[in-house]
Amino acid sequence: MTPEEIRGRVEEFLAEHPVATTEPSAFLHARYRAGLAWVAFPEGEGGLGVSRALQPLVNDLFEAAGAPDNNPRRNGIGLGMAAPTILAYGTPEQKARFLEPLWCGDEIWCQLFSEPGAGSDLAGLATRAVLDGDEWVVNGQKVWTSGAHNADFAILVARTDPDVPKHRGLTYFLCDMHDPGVEVRPLRQITGEAEFNEVFLTDVRIPDAHRLGAVGQGWEVANATLNNERVAIGGAAMPREGGMLGVVAESWREHPDNHTPELRDRLLRLWVESEVARLTGARLRQKLAVGQPGPEGSAMKLTFAKINQQLTGLDLELRGEEGLRYEDGEGWTMVRPEHVDFAGRDAVYRYLRAKGNSIEGGTSEILRNIVAERVLGLPGEHRVDKDVAWKEIPR
Amino acid sequence: MSAPEVELLDNELDADLRATVRSFLAERCDPAEVVKAYDGDSSLTPVLWKGIAGELGLAGLLIPESYGGAGATAREAAVVLEELGRSVAPVPFLTSAVVATSVLLTGPTEAGADLLAGLASGERTAALVVPLPATTAQPLAPVETEIRSVAGALEADTLLVPVATPDGLEVRAVPADQATVAPVSSLDMTRRLADVTLDPSAGEVVVAAEHGADGVRSGLLAGAALMASEQVGVAQWCLTTTVDYLKVRRQFGRIVGGYQALKHRLADLYTSVEGAGAAARHAAGALALGDAEEAEIATHVAAAYCGDLAVTAAEEAVQLHGGIGMTWEHPAHLYLKRAKADQIAYGLPGLHRDRLGSLVDI
Repeated sequence: MTPEEIRGRVEEFLAEHPVATTEPSAFLHARYRAGLAWVAFPEGEGGLGVSRALQPLVNDLFEAAGAPDNNPRRNGIGLGMAAPTILAYGTPEQKARFLEPLWCGDEIWCQLFSEPGAGSDLAGLATRAVLDGDEWVVNGQKVWTSGAHNADFAILVARTDPDVPKHRGLTYFLCDMHDPGVEVRPLRQITGEAEFNEVFLTDVRIPDAHRLGAVGQGWEVANATLNNERVAIGGAAMPREGGMLGVVAESWREHPDNHTPELRDRLLRLWVESEVARLTGARLRQKLAVGQPGPEGSAMKLTFAKINQQLTGLDLELRGEEGLRYEDGEGWTMVRPEHVDFAGRDAVYRYLRAKGNSIEGGTSEILRNIVAERVLGLPGEHRVDKDVAWKEIPR
Repeated sequence: MSAPEVELLDNELDADLRATVRSFLAERCDPAEVVKAYDGDSSLTPVLWKGIAGELGLAGLLIPESYGGAGATAREAAVVLEELGRSVAPVPFLTSAVVATSVLLTGPTEAGADLLAGLASGERTAALVVPLPATTAQPLAPVETEIRSVAGALEADTLLVPVATPDGLEVRAVPADQATVAPVSSLDMTRRLADVTLDPSAGEVVVAAEHGADGVRSGLLAGAALMASEQVGVAQWCLTTTVDYLKVRRQFGRIVGGYQALKHRLADLYTSVEGAGAAARHAAGALALGDAEEAEIATHVAAAYCGDLAVTAAEEAVQLHGGIGMTWEHPAHLYLKRAKADQIAYGLPGLHRDRLGSLVDI
């Protein structure tokens, strides 16, 4: 489909559903059914099966018309991770049940993967799911769950067979967060607020119809989710001096009294590194466009984390005494924010929050292993637990 | 700020060009021959340069067809330089086919046009007479003068000299046989320096005063922009060779490339080499598109990044090869010497950052 054709579709849709007189939720559902939600998805699933490259145009056209949006920042996990995984592994019934309310923002999603005892070693997780009739009974504890307090559903990985090696005994579920056995507790972070949660699962009952993929296929399905996550964190297109660099470059310009040659050279080093990262991302996207995807996205995320941390640290120094004050919002007062917002927060928040960039979505250490092993072909780490039944692994 | 989208991957023609140059160098530019330059035998250089300039016709890559050149762009020159860097090939491509050629192309006189035709055919070789670290013209008075540490002069038959005149800076071509070109024992003998003593008035004007300052400036900028691609080639060789070695070297009964301390260093090096590749190609692409300010920003970014990166790559190669990396026999030292000399050539990385800062309001 050409850009002109899709533009025609959008205009036709807007003529039939005038923004001014259509109730917002009805508008979003109609947009989904017209295939103008995520256009790269297949017809019938909110898309038209066309190139992903057309999505920005469609979004721009709706935005220009003043159309209601689905508040994508509030449902980042749903849109960025749950949806592509459901699309890839879901049954027709699951796609019909979950995708439309997800895209329209009626149902918010969170991710129940990490556990206190399973961080980098996600496949070692211990939350158990046991089949009882046509329901699974789930018990365990999850952690680092952003938005669990707002979520209606979760993507969940649990152990269904402890007698086989760890990667083979996992199964992927779609879990109702309103089940009485789900308890969400805020997890306060170094920023003072609780963007994340701990989630305790006690005899949570999940219908077998909400299992995504086969029993024992959970690791493969979870990897599809994680690959989408890394692309989401490190791979976005950006203008020159965009993102965090733009924020810090503005700080420099707004604080001429604090300028020193040493700060200037450090900022310029980061300017160069940010520009190089931007160009590397552009080249990666050119490569993907001709169809050579690979694990190089892990290298992008490594660079992103390093630059973001250095920039946010430098920002505090550029600001002098201002950099010592944490006054936005309610300071250190514990709150539970709806979403992460780097640009709209003050510099102290950014410095502290950026520390998570090299941990979330794969630690920088694990990503270096991935680059070394899958890109450079160096030998893998020793895995003493690889061929051992999960229940025999010391923990 | 917006930047134009530059094609950052090899297209089909680039890939063909790369394959041609790579197979030529694989056959004719053996490291065991290259290293002889350090022991006083530079006989590889004229043979190799004749092949690259004449047989492959690459000396005239940047020269328009109207002067008998190939009419290609900085993009193609970047591909050639990546390959030359990968082999630390001791040829004056950068100094003659890029820097001297770019000086002349800014506005050649009739004599300048003749010289361009000679360069395009590979019959002549030129060098801009400035110290290798220079980023700006250092105009000479028309009296006999010594210019130290000039690159490409030993291989050149024609020396381009910036001369101060009342109307501005003009560029004169002095035949090499009317100058004293004294070889220097250089850090990098694969791009050997010379101390040049000449009287600029001996030469004829090849770029007149109205274009001379621009010519020298754009020649040195093109040198910095495209040397970044050479640095990428150097760094790629260092990364690939080190990874290959660590996949076979065993200690403590293990392949040493399996140790996480080494894997992580190589993962970081890979990430930086990929970045350097994108930055260098972007600089070449921006130069080819011809937007002056954009090309300048892209050049400073590439020069600042690739200059340090190539040194890091070569230093990592020496360290991670262990004892063998310190030997004369292993070629790693050829890359270390080239990388360190390149870092100083056409402006230190810090100087490029400083210039970048003034262009982007920092």
